[in-house]
Amino acid sequence: MVAELGHFTLILGFLVSLMVMIIPLVGAYQRWPGWMRFADVGSNALFLLTATAFGALTYAFVMSDFSLKLVWLNSHTAKPMLYKITGVWGNHEGSMLLWVLILTLFGAMAAWFGTGLPPTLKARILAVQAAITAAFMAFVLFTSNPFLRLDPAPLNGKDLNPLLQDPGLAFHPPFLYLGYVGLSMAFSFAVGALIEGRVDAAWGRWVRPWTLAAWICLTIGIGLGSWWAYYELGWGGFWFWDPVENASFMPWLLAVALLHSAIVVEKRESLKSWTVLLAIIAFSFSLLGAFITRSGIITSVHAFATDPERGVFLLLIMGVFTGGGLVLYAARASVMEAKGVFGMVSRESALVMNNILLAVAAFIVFIGTMWPLFSEMFFDRKLSVGAPWFNAAFTPIMVLLGVILPLGAMLPWKRGLLARVGGQLRLALMLALAVGALFWATQTGRSALGPVGLFLGAWLIAGSFTDLVSRTRKGEVLSRLRRLPRADWGKAVAHAGLGVTMAGIAGMMAWKQEDIRVLKAGEQFDIAGYTIVLNGVNQVQGPNYLSTMGDVSLLKDGRDIATLHPEKRVYPVAGMPTTEAAIDIGFFRDVYVVVGDAQDDGGWAFRSYYKPLANWIWGGAILMALGGALSLSDRRYRVAAGARNAATTQQPVAAE
Amino acid sequence: MRWLLIVWMLWAGPALAVQPDEILSDPRLEERARDLSRGLRCLVCRNENIDDSNAELARDLRLLVRERLVAGDTNDEVLAFVVSRYGEYVLLNPTKGGSNMILYYAGPGMLLLALLIGGLYLRTRAKAAPRGSERLSADEAERLKQIMGE
Repeated sequence: MVAELGHFTLILGFLVSLMVMIIPLVGAYQRWPGWMRFADVGSNALFLLTATAFGALTYAFVMSDFSLKLVWLNSHTAKPMLYKITGVWGNHEGSMLLWVLILTLFGAMAAWFGTGLPPTLKARILAVQAAITAAFMAFVLFTSNPFLRLDPAPLNGKDLNPLLQDPGLAFHPPFLYLGYVGLSMAFSFAVGALIEGRVDAAWGRWVRPWTLAAWICLTIGIGLGSWWAYYELGWGGFWFWDPVENASFMPWLLAVALLHSAIVVEKRESLKSWTVLLAIIAFSFSLLGAFITRSGIITSVHAFATDPERGVFLLLIMGVFTGGGLVLYAARASVMEAKGVFGMVSRESALVMNNILLAVAAFIVFIGTMWPLFSEMFFDRKLSVGAPWFNAAFTPIMVLLGVILPLGAMLPWKRGLLARVGGQLRLALMLALAVGALFWATQTGRSALGPVGLFLGAWLIAGSFTDLVSRTRKGEVLSRLRRLPRADWGKAVAHAGLGVTMAGIAGMMAWKQEDIRVLKAGEQFDIAGYTIVLNGVNQVQGPNYLSTMGDVSLLKDGRDIATLHPEKRVYPVAGMPTTEAAIDIGFFRDVYVVVGDAQDDGGWAFRSYYKPLANWIWGGAILMALGGALSLSDRRYRVAAGARNAATTQQPVAAE
Repeated sequence: MRWLLIVWMLWAGPALAVQPDEILSDPRLEERARDLSRGLRCLVCRNENIDDSNAELARDLRLLVRERLVAGDTNDEVLAFVVSRYGEYVLLNPTKGGSNMILYYAGPGMLLLALLIGGLYLRTRAKAAPRGSERLSADEAERLKQIMGE
């Protein structure tokens, strides 16, 4: 019954989305306020209807209603409650419903917070958002319906994929979708403004918080996924350049570019045409990501939902929105005349450089991801493009970006002098060079990766600090720092976060150590100055799995510093094993141990790793997201609060 | 959604990547074997190198690589041997020959093009005559004030 209610509200939502897509557009064209206002009501209704449908599906999962095919396929009564709930989006159909829910959530939020927008622009934005919603609701209803019933209902389910029964991964998809789908707001703003025929500084200011919110979520989502891969996969890899990962990374890179170019639009009324194009492309890459993930076209061995029908449908959605956006852009690009004038050396030109590097980086990821497909289609060559290629092609761009970032971040608007900025950053540069040189001197290996990465990390962190301090005066540094706008803090924290991540990646890749051996209970060995003792291996029963659990002591200089419990689990219902690495987490290093198979002689295959700076990778991601959040909370972006004030301050104006 | 790749990987078998019994006694040869296997694709996996893979086939390939190294092959000879058996699909770092030139030069080419376009754009901005529209127009300023709630 509840499932039918969900099914019904979803169908109703689809019909409402068609209305919200058309009525406000006509209203904006004819200047009929009632028709335009329908966008607000409609967007709220859409969100409520979709939320009801999503709630109904969640209810079915929580109640273990196995008469729903989706629940039967992805749940089990013995599963912990948390994973019953996260199981809702741990599958294709449910995750698409979540996608639609987030689309309507953003639409409704634009209706709530967008009270300061011109009514015609707001109506158009909400209509475009509803058009995207309609397309994805049709996709869910016609190709991926989560509400299909089974008759007779099975007694118990087939259990959620055990790998998804993990806190890190449980919340990875929602954040990722908030990011992907959040970029739809940037798209709707761009298309709305193109229909409106007006892109100005105010538009830059309006679009930026949405992009920022989407980017923060995308950062958290990617970070969670990477962290999960690190501790779950059993060898401590954190990034694999897998097509599915790249699908999330390309929108991330473009969102970073968009965040920065929107600043130029806002402050200097330049780069407008490019920013609008970027907003369209960024969302197109989100759609491309959905297509790559769900059509299985690139990784045909297996995929989430290898279904040609779904693939074609998604390709169609992508074609219509990307194509439509680009055609509209081509027709209207002439209305976006640049206004600001600036020199070759200026904040503006540095931000142009930022956009060039990030767009080229996204392009490199794109060509590497798609090349196996292109190559097979056009040259009849079946080949692979893997991590070695991506590392070689992508790293130089990031190094370049890291080198120029602190300089660009401190250049003044309009016209600047490199020598002056260089002078301000002299201390930061010397510090960074010293850090790089120190590690160059102490390392025994041959790779320049570690020292270069640490140089960049130190350069970015010290550069961000210099940037903050340069805004203060001698003698009152601290009080001034406290009073700096949150956006300035956000900028410094996010840029420093990038430095932390760069240092982490370089340090971990350059100096990790590995040990693989057979170990019997009571035996010990040394790795990177630590002693690892295997005390024993036990069989343990979990709620819905069986575990082979190692009992390991970690010693440093003969002192016991940690007890670790690496596990190998078997989930009998799903018939799948997983490895659970045990990690002693430290600020400067992780010690990572994994227990493998039992050997014939009574020992266990045992792998251990020393991973320097591992946590800096995700620490940096957290800092980046935090920087974004600080910037988002800056008072000039609190459009919502500002709008409410505007309504009150507007009254005397109206009374005049 | 990375778990997709894992799902498949674990179906292939619970054994964990490089096994202790595979490791060569000569550390230098072993080092080379590890380097090589990081660049070779596990053919039944999803975008995974044989060094990390748990699949049986990946283990066979790892042993094959080590066999060739022990027999005295250079790194290139080992790769050529593996490619002759499994095709270039097995290489994670594609060769530079033929149509793959596009793959290798698309990125740098795009960077140069973007720098050129960006440079031209910056020149027009630097040369453009300052206009009255430098500042916000009156109604723009008014709107901004409303938004800022001031």
